[in-house]
Amino acid sequence: MKKFATLFGAALLAGTALYAVKAQAADELTITSWGGAYQESQRNAFFKPFIDAGNKITEAEYNGEIAKIRAMVEAKAVTWDVVDVDTQTALAGCAEGTFETIDWAKLGLDRAKFIGGDVTDCAVPNILYSTVAAYDTTKTEAPASLFEALFDTTKYPGKRALQKSPFVNLEWALMADGVAPADVYKVLGTDEGVDRAFKKLDTIKKDVVWWESGAQGPQLLADGQVVFATSWNGRFYNAIKTDNKPFKIIWDFQAPDWDWWAIPKGTPKIEEAYRFITFASDPQRMADQTKWISYGPANKDAAPKIDPAILPDLPSAPDNLKTVFYPDPQFWGDKGDELRERFNAWLAQ
Amino acid sequence: MATAQAVPADGVMRAADGTPLKTALARAERRERLKALGLVLPLFAFIVLSFVVPILVMLYNSVYDPDVAENMPQTVQALQAWDGRELPPEEVFAAFVADLQEAQKNKQAALIGKRLNYEISGIRSKVTTTARKVGALAEGPYREAVIAIDKVWGDIDTWATIKRSSSDWTPFYILSMLDLRQGPDGSIEHMPADRSIYKDILVRTLGISLLVTAMTLVLGYPVAYMLATSPQKTASILMIFVLLPFWTSLLVRTTAWMILMQDGGVFTQMLNFSGITFLMNMLGVIDGEPQLFKTRFATVVAMTHIQLPFTLLPIYSVMKTISPNYMRAAKSLGGTPFYSFLRVYMPQTLPGVAAGCLLTFILCLGYYITPALVGGPTDQMISGFIERAINSENNWGKASALGVILLTATLILYYVYNKLVGIDRMKLG
Repeated sequence: MKKFATLFGAALLAGTALYAVKAQAADELTITSWGGAYQESQRNAFFKPFIDAGNKITEAEYNGEIAKIRAMVEAKAVTWDVVDVDTQTALAGCAEGTFETIDWAKLGLDRAKFIGGDVTDCAVPNILYSTVAAYDTTKTEAPASLFEALFDTTKYPGKRALQKSPFVNLEWALMADGVAPADVYKVLGTDEGVDRAFKKLDTIKKDVVWWESGAQGPQLLADGQVVFATSWNGRFYNAIKTDNKPFKIIWDFQAPDWDWWAIPKGTPKIEEAYRFITFASDPQRMADQTKWISYGPANKDAAPKIDPAILPDLPSAPDNLKTVFYPDPQFWGDKGDELRERFNAWLAQ
Repeated sequence: MATAQAVPADGVMRAADGTPLKTALARAERRERLKALGLVLPLFAFIVLSFVVPILVMLYNSVYDPDVAENMPQTVQALQAWDGRELPPEEVFAAFVADLQEAQKNKQAALIGKRLNYEISGIRSKVTTTARKVGALAEGPYREAVIAIDKVWGDIDTWATIKRSSSDWTPFYILSMLDLRQGPDGSIEHMPADRSIYKDILVRTLGISLLVTAMTLVLGYPVAYMLATSPQKTASILMIFVLLPFWTSLLVRTTAWMILMQDGGVFTQMLNFSGITFLMNMLGVIDGEPQLFKTRFATVVAMTHIQLPFTLLPIYSVMKTISPNYMRAAKSLGGTPFYSFLRVYMPQTLPGVAAGCLLTFILCLGYYITPALVGGPTDQMISGFIERAINSENNWGKASALGVILLTATLILYYVYNKLVGIDRMKLG
C-alpha cells in the first residue's frame, strides 16, 4: 500500500512538472521556419535581438508543408504563432482562411515600402530568394545551360538532387522540353501539359535523389552523391562562404520567390506575433540578415543599408537575372494541391 | 445413529450461518472473480483506450465525410429532387451560389474544393475561383452566369458527384485505396492509370515483408541451431552478438545502413576492391558503380538485419527445449544426419519457426522509417503513405482508409496462417 502511495505521488509530481513546462511554454512565441542556414540567419538577425529585448521565443522547423498548418488551424490547436511561408502557401492559406489577415496599421509599417506587399492580404514579405542549381567545380565541367545540367544524362552521367516537390521542377521540365517561358503556365494549366512535364521528368527519374529539407541539396553535393543539386540560393551561398565548398551556382533560369511571415488563424499570441513581425521588418535588421545569407530583404528601406559586397550574390543582381524565370504563385496557390498529389503518385509508381 | 445429519431434511446443504451452501460458494467465487478482474482491469482499460478506440475511430473516419453536406447545405437540399438526367434546374444553381457566397465569407470554399477534387481531378481551383466570382452575382438567373464562370458547372457529372458526396457516409476513400472509384452513375470503375498506385503499394508492402521474413528465417535458423547446441560458454558469447544489435535503437541501425550503403560508401568500395564491380560490369549486370543506396536491395538488407533477432529468438528458445536424445535415437535407428534432422529435429522446431516468422512478418507490414531512409520512392511501404496523408496532405479519410486496408490484409493473412499452421501450435519458448 505504501509502495502504491509512493508511486501515485511520483506520478502526480511528474504530471505537475509536465503541466508547469506547458504553462511556461504558454508565454513563449513559437516561430517556425525552414531550418538550416536560413533559420540560422534569422536567429542572428531577428530571434536573438528579440530575445534580448525581453521576449521569449521557441523555434520550430518545417519543410513548407501547408497541411501541417491547416491541420493545426482546423483542429483549433494552433501551436505555431508565426510561420515563414513561401508565396504559394501564403496565397493558398489566405484563400482558405488558414492565416490571419494582416492589419498593416497595427504593424505600424508602410505596406508600399515592401516589394510584393500587395500580393496577398495574409502575410508580410520578408525576403526574396531563388531556387537554383549548383555543381562542384572540382568535379564537374561548367554546363552550357541549366537544362543541360539537369536533363542531359549522357553528357553528365550521375545523379541529380531535386526538391521532392512539383514546384519549379515541372516548369523547368517543360522549358527543357521546348516550351517558351512565357507559355509555361498556359501549358501546365492543361492535363496534356502536366503529362508532358511528367514525361520529361520520366527521362531522369532514375537519376534523381529527392531532397526535402533545404540543407540536403548542398549536403548531397558536398558528399559527391550527385553531380548537380538544386536548392535555394542562400543555402549554396552559405556552403561556399561558410564551409568553403568549391560550388558554383547556375543562375540560368533561376526561379525567384518571396518568403513571408504569416500568422496561423486562431493563435492565442497574436499580439506578440504582430510585435515580432514589426521587429523583424526593421530595415537595419533586414539588412543585417544579409551578413549570414544571400537573400534580398523585402523592405525597400533596407536596400541602402546592405553591405555592397553581397550584392553580386543576391538573386536580384543584374548578372544573375539574364534568363530569370518568375514562377506564378497564384497558379501554385490554386493548383498546388492537385499537382502535389499527382507528383506523389508519380514518385511512387 | 449419528446425531448430526449429513443432509438436512429439506435436502439443502447449508453453511454455518444458515445460507444454502451453493449460494455461499457462488458468492465467494464471485468475490474472487471480481478481485481477479480488478487486476486485469488496468490493462483492459489501457487496451480499450489505446487500441480498440483508435481502431474504431479509424474505421469511422475512413467512411465518414461530412465536408460537402456541412458546407453546401442548400445545394444538397436542392439536389435531392434532381433526377440526374439533365442539368439541374435554376433553384439548384441559386442554392449553389448562396452556398458558395457563404463559404467564401467563411473561407470554407477551399475545403469544398479540396473534397470535390478527390473525385474530380482539377476542380479545386475551379471551386475557389468560382467562389471568388459569385460574390458579384447579386441576382438571377444564376444558371447561365455560373456556367459562364467555368464550364465545369455545365457538366452533369459534376452535379452527380456533388449529389453523391453529399451524404455523410462515403465508400470513396476505401474504394480509392483499392484504385477504384464510383463513376458519375454510381457504378464502380478503375482509377485512371496516373492515379492508381495503391494496389501496387499494398502488393509491394506484402512482398517486401514476405521477402524479409524468408531472409531472416534462412539466416536465423542455422544460427539459432548453433546457439542451441553449442556449449554454454560459446553460446553465451554468440548470444551477445545477436542481442547487442537487438538492444540498439532501430533508428541508429537504419542510419548505420545509410552510411554503409551510400554511393562511394564502405559497401561500394568493398565491391570495387574485391573486383565484384568489375565482374558485374563485364557481365553487363550493371553499368558503372553499383547503386545500393535508395534501392529495394538496401531496404530489404536493412530490414532483414533489424528483424533477424525477432525471428531467431523464438526458434532458439524452442530448440533449447528439444532433448538431444531424439537425434541420438534417430541416428541409432539408422537415420543419416540429414534425414534425422529433417524428420525428427526440424518438425519439433516448427512451432518456434511459426512464431518467429509471424512476428517478423507482422512487424514488417508496419515498417515506415527504414524504407523512408534507405529506400527510394518506389520502395516506400503503406505506412509511409499513411504518414504522408496525415502530415503533408491533411487527408485523414485517406490515411484511415489505408489503415483499414492494411488491417484487413493483416487479418486475412493471420486467418490463412492460422488455418495452415495453427496459432495454438505456435510457441515462443
